[in-house]
Amino acid sequence: MTNTSPATKADTSKLEAESRNATKAQLIEFWYYFSQNKGAVVGLVVFALLVLTAVLAPLIAPHNPDFQYRDSFLVPPFWEEGGKATFILGTDAVGRDILSRLIFGARLSLLVGVMVVTIALTGGIVIGVVAGYMRGSVDTFIMRIMDIILAFPSLLLALVLVAILGPGLINAMIAIAIVLQPHFVRLTRAAVLSERSRDYVVAAKVAGAGHLRLMFKTILPNCLAPLIVQATLSFSNAILDAAALGFLGMGAQPPTPEWGTMLAEAREFILRAWWVVTFPGLAILITVLAINLVGDGLRDALDPKLKRS
Amino acid sequence: MLRFLLGRLGLLIPTFIGVTLVSFLFIRMLPGDPAELLAGERGISPERRAEVLRQLGFDKPYWQQYLDYILGIFQGDLGISFVSKKPVLDEFMTLFPATAELALCAIIIAVCVGIPAGIFAAVKRGSIADQAIMGTALVGYSMPIFWWGLLLIIFFSGILGWTPVSGRISLMFFFPQVTGFMLIDSLLSGEKGAFLSAVRHLILPSIVLATIPLAVIARQTRSAMLEVLGEDYVRTARAKGLPPRAVIGLHALRNALIPVVTTIGLQVGVLLAGAILTETIFSWPGVGKWLVDSISRRDYLVVQGGLLLIAGIIMLVNLIVDVLYGLINPRIRHH
Amino acid sequence: MNFQKSLKATLLGASLAVIAASGASAKTLVYCSEGSPEGFDTALYTAGTTFDASSKPLYNRLVEFKRGTTEVIPGLAESWEVSEDGLEYTFNLRKGVKFHTTSFFTPTREFNADDVIFSFERQLKKDNPWHEYTPGTAWEYFNGMSMPDLIKEIVKVDDHTVKFVLNRPEAPMVANLAMDFASIVSAEYAAQLEAAGTKEQMNQQPVGTGPFSFVGYQKDAVIRYAAHPDYWNGKEKIDNLIFAITPDAAVRLQKLKAGECHVMPYPAPADIADIRDDGNLTLMEQQGLNVGYLAYNTKVAPFDKKEVRKALNHAINKQAILDAVFQGSGQAAKNPIPPTMWSYNEAIEDDDYNPELAKEMLAGAGVSDLSMKIWAMPVQRPYNPNARRMAEVIQADFANVGVNVEIVSYEWGEYLSRSKDEARDGAVLLGWTGDNGDPDNFLAVLLGCDGVGGSNRAQWCNDDFEALIQKAKTVTDKGERTKLYEQAQAVFKEEAPWATIAHSVVFMPMSSKVTGYVMDPLGGHWFDGVDIAE
Repeated sequence: MTNTSPATKADTSKLEAESRNATKAQLIEFWYYFSQNKGAVVGLVVFALLVLTAVLAPLIAPHNPDFQYRDSFLVPPFWEEGGKATFILGTDAVGRDILSRLIFGARLSLLVGVMVVTIALTGGIVIGVVAGYMRGSVDTFIMRIMDIILAFPSLLLALVLVAILGPGLINAMIAIAIVLQPHFVRLTRAAVLSERSRDYVVAAKVAGAGHLRLMFKTILPNCLAPLIVQATLSFSNAILDAAALGFLGMGAQPPTPEWGTMLAEAREFILRAWWVVTFPGLAILITVLAINLVGDGLRDALDPKLKRS
Repeated sequence: MLRFLLGRLGLLIPTFIGVTLVSFLFIRMLPGDPAELLAGERGISPERRAEVLRQLGFDKPYWQQYLDYILGIFQGDLGISFVSKKPVLDEFMTLFPATAELALCAIIIAVCVGIPAGIFAAVKRGSIADQAIMGTALVGYSMPIFWWGLLLIIFFSGILGWTPVSGRISLMFFFPQVTGFMLIDSLLSGEKGAFLSAVRHLILPSIVLATIPLAVIARQTRSAMLEVLGEDYVRTARAKGLPPRAVIGLHALRNALIPVVTTIGLQVGVLLAGAILTETIFSWPGVGKWLVDSISRRDYLVVQGGLLLIAGIIMLVNLIVDVLYGLINPRIRHH
Repeated sequence: MNFQKSLKATLLGASLAVIAASGASAKTLVYCSEGSPEGFDTALYTAGTTFDASSKPLYNRLVEFKRGTTEVIPGLAESWEVSEDGLEYTFNLRKGVKFHTTSFFTPTREFNADDVIFSFERQLKKDNPWHEYTPGTAWEYFNGMSMPDLIKEIVKVDDHTVKFVLNRPEAPMVANLAMDFASIVSAEYAAQLEAAGTKEQMNQQPVGTGPFSFVGYQKDAVIRYAAHPDYWNGKEKIDNLIFAITPDAAVRLQKLKAGECHVMPYPAPADIADIRDDGNLTLMEQQGLNVGYLAYNTKVAPFDKKEVRKALNHAINKQAILDAVFQGSGQAAKNPIPPTMWSYNEAIEDDDYNPELAKEMLAGAGVSDLSMKIWAMPVQRPYNPNARRMAEVIQADFANVGVNVEIVSYEWGEYLSRSKDEARDGAVLLGWTGDNGDPDNFLAVLLGCDGVGGSNRAQWCNDDFEALIQKAKTVTDKGERTKLYEQAQAVFKEEAPWATIAHSVVFMPMSSKVTGYVMDPLGGHWFDGVDIAE
């Protein structure tokens, strides 16, 4: 909020303190609503644990995820007959410890989520704000492009993009980010459209704020709530899509311990070694579920309309 | 209404042109070598390779190729599969019924289970039942369906032996394809047990494919219901002393279903994407698997035509949903 | 579905109903095949899956490989003579051979020389109206076997005699004519299609002289065949043959166990033990006529030094590869040709697994801190069920001797073309499956000087080796050829352009009710002569 009238120091500091208090109050209110949703809290705890696992992977993992124990191919989990205590969840076809691979895989999945959301969110916001703010032909052009992207099933488009860029985790991330981008663009644009005629924007404009400042400093912060919810959704979608690409052999390439890729490698053992199939999928499900729980909580806490219904 | 319809169609044209461009450019950006692929380890000489590319029309300048492509679209000619040497459109038409049948069954399951579950959860808001339904829906929504499919195969086909592992119908049955929909064709054939066999083959894949739309629909129905139940006219109806069943049935449901219809329409894209994975897992002979195979085989014209057709179908369904939405909710039309 | 198509389909259904009704106990054999055929005109393709569904059940060739061997026996030609100079091959054709009568074609004449001429000239002559009958027709195998350079002309001597005139003598010529691309199609059917303007049907509704006739194909799902009632070699014991297309190995096994199919190819190695224990199943096995290898680029330092190549060969733990990748379905390879092939040199001693020695040798060659790429194929092949996993094992082995490996991969077509590059960075995993059982088909193609920049992925051209294999080409005495090839293998082992990895063992699980199945050393799947107990 720009204030062009000359203000005394005391006024400024008072204002700042007030706005800080207001932010604090907002946060407290947010946390109040968020914590009302028990599922969301559970999701947050699980997610925090996953982050911790990913960060501390080298410390927690009992084995090197790529080391092949040549005398232990396809060892079942320790509680099964023939299991070994050192391989808690068993080993895969070349004798690598599944638990360690899952732990290291958490890094990749979270990385995918973070990277994809960062790319899609940044790109989406910039494009969306430009479209919503500029209106006219720029807007039409951008929105038609988004329509084109949305006309394809996301996974199919991602698959073709990865085929063009070459299989691999980085390229999979780029492809998924491109595919998820239009949702952010649409959301941002819609929010900008509804905000740009509001009083405070008009006021800022009258006060002589430049285009960039208007777009990103004045309008954008007021459209954040739906974007945050969408970002959470995209985070889980990105993990699912990356795993699906890995499963189709177009995502992370072996020996990368990416969960979807592990699942693809395990397919041939489906009837013989259930553990190589079961655990990577379970890891994906738990992660995505935790993030979606958090997403639900965020939506409840941020969306004023649903808040009180 | 007509203006509304024309307006929507007008919006579609640039998108469609964009889709043709994207599908055209994408396959020319695909690295790889179909001629080399066809030759395998034995290899192909550079002269033969050039010859093959010439026959496929890949030696012409890009603008010419694009023009041929567009002209072909108007004549219903999407080129010929490099592998099978059959017209792309013919291949699509023989495979699409399988995908459509699977997707329809999935959406029917999703709607028939999802809407009642959502209504029930909304009405019993906060109860254990509500929490259980919404919890399950969230798990379904978070499900990596390729893994879910494998689990179902292990359990129902592997351990219990209740359902067949792959295919559309038992090989014992052989009858002409009339509609391409196995359920209908099996009934038309009049062969005993054919219909049952088709159902048994369809059940697991359609459950897998229905999982995510089901969860989305249940969640959407619940929140739409909650919103409507809080509106004034519903409160009024309640205050007038109408029995709860009538309130829900007459007033709330009809209005709550409007956003749900949109949601169902939006699931078409999700279904087609899901079909890629489901068909791969269950060896289901549909267009999803066909496209994935064609991408890895670098069957360029199939990928190009397939992308166009799939996008076309999604756009068409979205248009229908839009129009339906406009019909149910006249307010929209004037925006 | 337009009316014509559905009518056709109805007729198809009706004809099968007749077949089914004619014998209450019609015997049907179901084969769970591993993939869809690309088409049914065999000569257009090179993939085994396509051959299994086209050339093998539907067609015959002038000469055939005797079942279960690579020995050449008469097929549609009853006998043949070779001229003194080895340039003229005259084939005497069998009389009374009938083509299939199907819902889409009724032959009016029996097989004769016109069919032979047509089958080859459409591949040979650029001006033949069928040379380019559908886009992308490359006649890959015909060209791959250098037939256009080899064949000068094909002459119809009379209705039942055909003469092939060659540009140069070629010892394996007769064996080449037993290969899939040499399948004989019907010239009469072709003329009918040409007149109707539907040439492309040749690839979709095939007509041949083989043991089974084509009934119908539902894309990616089922292919149906019926026994050819007038087959020249006698009608088959089974009445119907069905290919149920099932790409997933685990699913195939599941179906086999459930009785939904009777024979399946390519079981997952992991399931072999389980299949052996199953009382209702029979497991046949045979050593494959193939080799999987890791080809160094001998033109790029430091791999131009044989000490380095040899050292790396000592660093590879083949047993680990056999366990992890082949899971018992392979045997270690020491020579570039499989042990089932004549002239295989038993005396060669393999480079044993010895990381310490490898380190010493690398140090001795002045190589330290070596980083290299290993190319892993993106696809499963008979000689290598999982190239990525194999690359991972080798990566771990090389790390053991201080060599850092990066695994790279490309799309299969690109992989094949890029790996030919003489300046290629890295060693490439690849392999070969024999075409006709001749050692020349391995040694000259894969390691000869002509193949540099092509099928010789090691880019290796060694004078001693080249002299030996060139001499063996011109000699006709098998004993002498054997000696030459044995020496060539010794040179190969000494020079180590490849790390020879493994020869696969091929398994065929089938229901115990199936009798008469014979495994093909060339890797094909044949259903003539097969019976099934009720």
